[in-house]
Amino acid sequence: MKTVEEIRAAIEAALPGAGVEIVPNPSVSGQHSLRLRPSSAVEVAKFLRDDEELALDFLSNATGVDWPDKEVTEKVKVTRTVRKTVDGVEQTAEEAVEETRKRVEPGCLEAVYHLFSVARGHGPVVIRMKTVNRTDQVELPSLTPIWRSAEFQEREIFDLYGIVFSGHPDLRRLLMWEGFKDHPMRRDYVEPDDFEYEPTAHDDVLKRAVAHQAKQLEAAGTAAGAAGVGAGVAAGREGTGAGA
Amino acid sequence: MAVDEGLKIELGKQGVLVTTIEELYNWGRRSSVWPMQFGLACCAIEMIATTMARYDLARFGAEVFRPSPRQADLMIISGTVTKKMAPQVVRLYNQMAEPRYVIAMGACAISGGPFKQGYNVLKGIDRYIPVDVHIPGCPPRPEALIQAFMLLQKKIDGQHLTGPDRPRFLDAEAQGEFPVPVQGEHDLEPASNPGVWTVPVVIR
Repeated sequence: MKTVEEIRAAIEAALPGAGVEIVPNPSVSGQHSLRLRPSSAVEVAKFLRDDEELALDFLSNATGVDWPDKEVTEKVKVTRTVRKTVDGVEQTAEEAVEETRKRVEPGCLEAVYHLFSVARGHGPVVIRMKTVNRTDQVELPSLTPIWRSAEFQEREIFDLYGIVFSGHPDLRRLLMWEGFKDHPMRRDYVEPDDFEYEPTAHDDVLKRAVAHQAKQLEAAGTAAGAAGVGAGVAAGREGTGAGA
Repeated sequence: MAVDEGLKIELGKQGVLVTTIEELYNWGRRSSVWPMQFGLACCAIEMIATTMARYDLARFGAEVFRPSPRQADLMIISGTVTKKMAPQVVRLYNQMAEPRYVIAMGACAISGGPFKQGYNVLKGIDRYIPVDVHIPGCPPRPEALIQAFMLLQKKIDGQHLTGPDRPRFLDAEAQGEFPVPVQGEHDLEPASNPGVWTVPVVIR
């Protein structure tokens, strides 16, 4: 099979300006992928399917990835003008100073497709598409018209990640019910607080169960109850310590 | 009225059968408990295996799996109950005619099991409908289901037709229909039926 570089070259030759990027995979598998530009994705997908040599006629898997907003701390070298007194004479000098800066890298949602060729017996070729952000510009072109097997998987991605596939014939929730809010596979999804009965809680679940208990007692509104919660938290921690 | 066991055996030796209406009635009921043909997940495969020749649930009078809740006596909750499916399970239970029984089969049906902290799995069907027998296991072996079935038969055998501990279907005051939970924005509403399930106290 062609390498990703060759596939990219073939795409560029057939569809100039398609803007396909290679996303390298540094791991041992070395399974590099191609990132398509949403505006030209459908044409590129059609090419991948219909090209004689590639003939990627089978979409085996489509999934989503959530990339949350990331806070990056980096050290930047800045040159600063500093006034110095050298031998009683005041001078201005340039000095290189390291400064730590924080910036927020905006997150996005990504759809990943794995393609195989049944006719040629090769694969997988991994293609990806990225949304602009995670909140309001979450549209991507649907690849269901190209590969019919994407239909349910795109519905699932829509359900769990919230990517809206334009051109999808029947975009409804697949696993969750109509009227469900949020997308449960997103990193910032908060589950409902249903930790009222956790007989074998540990780690994170134990924390949440104790917090739930505290909230219940607070709702009951007793000062004695609040004290009891404090004791309960301590006992809970001791309990886990002993268990481990 | 209970018959003295010794006297019963003695009379039996003489060819006289002594019994009570209650005994006869419960014997009849426990010997033909028809389950509903209804599977939810992988536990259903074990349930199917239980009915086949090797384990042969027919020995206990339960070979007929009815495809309609109207004709079934027993609901085997065999598998994960998702929050999307739970209202349908309660609705099916409501449609069953009394007397009706429930076996919660497997870790998922009794507590949510390995999916307990998932966003879409109900933490045990006993939050919405009364469960007679819980079987742990993931999935339970057919022997475990047969044991649950025998426990249920024992329970039916022990039910009195009159008195304060008579079963629900003989109590005109008892609640017959169980409220079907509504699918809310994040969870089922209400999260449990307080008439069936109360939060057990956990001592940590």
